[in-house]
Amino acid sequence: MTNSGILLKCLRQLSSQNIIPHICVVGAGPAGFYATQQILKSINNVKVDIIEKLPVPYGLVRFGVAPDHPEVKNVINTFDKIAQDIRVQFLGNINVGRDITLYELKQYYHAVLLTYGASEDKKLMIPGENLKNVISANHFVGWYNGLPNHQNLNIDLNKTDAIILGQGNVAIDIARILLSPIDKLKKTDITSYSLECLSRSKVRRVWLVGRRGPLQASFSIAELRELLKLENCKTYWRSNDFKGIQDIVPNLARPRKRLTELMLKSIEESSFDNRICDKEFHPIFLRGPVEFLGFDSVENVKLSVNELEGDHFLKQIAKSIGEFEEISCGLAFKSIGYKSTQIDPSIPFDLESGRIINSSGKVEKGLYTAGWVATGPIGVILSTMANAFTAGKLLAKEVELMKQMPGYHELQKFLRKKGICIINYEGWKKIDNEECERGKKLGKPREKIVDISEMIEIASN
Amino acid sequence: MALVHKLRGIYKSVLLSSVSQSWSKDIQKVKPNLFVRNTSTSKPSYEKKEVNVTFIRANGEKLLAKGKEGDSLLDIIVNNELDIDGYGACEGTLTCSTCHLILTKEDYDRLPEKPTDEELDMLDLAFDLTDTSRLGCQIIMTKELDGLQVKIPSTIYDARS
Ligand SMILES: Cc1cc2nc3c(=O)[nH]c(=O)nc-3n(C[C@H](O)[C@H](O)[C@H](O)COP(=O)(O)OP(=O)(O)OC[C@H]3O[C@@H](n4cnc5c(N)ncnc54)[C@H](O)[C@@H]3O)c2cc1C
Ligand code: FES
Repeated sequence: MTNSGILLKCLRQLSSQNIIPHICVVGAGPAGFYATQQILKSINNVKVDIIEKLPVPYGLVRFGVAPDHPEVKNVINTFDKIAQDIRVQFLGNINVGRDITLYELKQYYHAVLLTYGASEDKKLMIPGENLKNVISANHFVGWYNGLPNHQNLNIDLNKTDAIILGQGNVAIDIARILLSPIDKLKKTDITSYSLECLSRSKVRRVWLVGRRGPLQASFSIAELRELLKLENCKTYWRSNDFKGIQDIVPNLARPRKRLTELMLKSIEESSFDNRICDKEFHPIFLRGPVEFLGFDSVENVKLSVNELEGDHFLKQIAKSIGEFEEISCGLAFKSIGYKSTQIDPSIPFDLESGRIINSSGKVEKGLYTAGWVATGPIGVILSTMANAFTAGKLLAKEVELMKQMPGYHELQKFLRKKGICIINYEGWKKIDNEECERGKKLGKPREKIVDISEMIEIASN
Repeated sequence: MALVHKLRGIYKSVLLSSVSQSWSKDIQKVKPNLFVRNTSTSKPSYEKKEVNVTFIRANGEKLLAKGKEGDSLLDIIVNNELDIDGYGACEGTLTCSTCHLILTKEDYDRLPEKPTDEELDMLDLAFDLTDTSRLGCQIIMTKELDGLQVKIPSTIYDARS
């Protein structure tokens, strides 16, 4: 290094000692919180502002995780501790891309970390998708979990047969919500309006359709086991779907092996299960959605009969053999996955895969990403956590402190001018309190508030 | 600072209320232990034998911790304020697998309670799964296990990896 180079480096170090890094995290879901945790751990003197579109934090832990799985939400206790760290601020009710651009954020912060998740759903792109009672899984989950956008879902549960296209854990969640005894749901934080609607549901038969075979099923074993054990519900497998599977089992890695063995065991048990149950669960494989049929509302779903092509079972793809099957159902759910959106045109974004282009969490100088918007909408909180740790650590290591940045000071001035009401963590705590109070009166842990203006009113009181 | 540290205060109260949801029989194992620590049931806590556990990070660093018989390994990590990122996210309710630990074959075989299907199901989602993996929230310390050594899997928990 030249003398002037060394001098410059020393000067930088000297001046950067007085500069407090101001970091902006966009999206208050698991990825945002876990990345923040790493940043706090790596840098002692730092300010992290977590900006969130909604007035309330926690992302899919609040709006995705099923109401009858409250234990999963214990992770909120960790997020709460992070939010209460004096170096952290939660700033709710700010929609990045609409209320403020990424360019503007970069003027106020040393680094920006995008953790805004994946909230759109993938489209099937088949005829009949717009018929009534063809429901997106994303909307249905948002509806029962109180996501403000989806509270007015138009769904008719006065049907006996429901089909779910897709076999991931979200599909299983939906099947379980439809098949569970209503008394079980009553004690959860499910929204009252959806509970009321579900209590009048006539749905008694649920089909869970996968394009590929049992070896490619994407639900996890815990979720399947829970569904198989559901009270007053009987499972009907199609043994044809499992031809040749038994022979492959010994060669599978443990997780896939245990999952497949559970299905095979369930087939065996169901062959001498003589119970008469109110509800039926029908997982079927090797069927691909071709068309939703019906006049005004869906009445039938046309499925192609598929076979698998390719050598390795994990990479095999489904190919239609030119034959079809129709299943009669008055309600259909599309559960083929989520995708993310490009909330700001300056974000390098891969529209095809629906995620931000990045390498180990780095997008470009001063810009990072983590969680579902970075990896695509796959995996559980554990995988999101691992990914967010990596990105948070990288950001903390690389952040450049060339000059002072104003951070929140300027951000709030800018947003005030635009008339945006920022909800801070104290505001959220008021909403939280009110929700628990309302829940108490109804004998449930929480009654979620779904109206954004009501949330803001409570938070501002 | 690691959040595990800060979890401690809320941990007991939260866990006590959250496990009452009756998720599976396994969770119940955790509950009485906490009661023993907080209130006291059959055996007062001063009569409980102290036990030592060594947690070994992927880089070889050893973390020594003390607990009492009846504590789960998750309890011990929390009570000793061990700095293991993200450990025990669901607070012992068998729904997250962030409490994954790796035992030696001998220790794995001599643990008095074998893993249940539900524990194995959660383990199947863990990174770096081995044949001697267990979930720390499901391993309950006994006098016989005093001096136990367990490995923390590398993928996510080792801040220095
Ligand atoms: C239905 C469902 C059920 C699930 N159940 C489980 C489960 O039981 N167990 C489990 O381990 N995992 C579960 N998961 C997976 C888990 O939810 C994800 O791994 C995790 O939430 C991803 O975290 P994230 O922070 O990347 O995204 P998110 O949780 O989606 O958080 C993103 C946040 O960014 C905010 N945001 C979006 N756009 C903007 C914007 N323009 N400006 C500012 N903020 C914005 C959103 O409002 C949200 O709060 C489930 C997922 C779904 C969809
Ligand atoms: S702490 Fe979540 S499974 Fe053990």
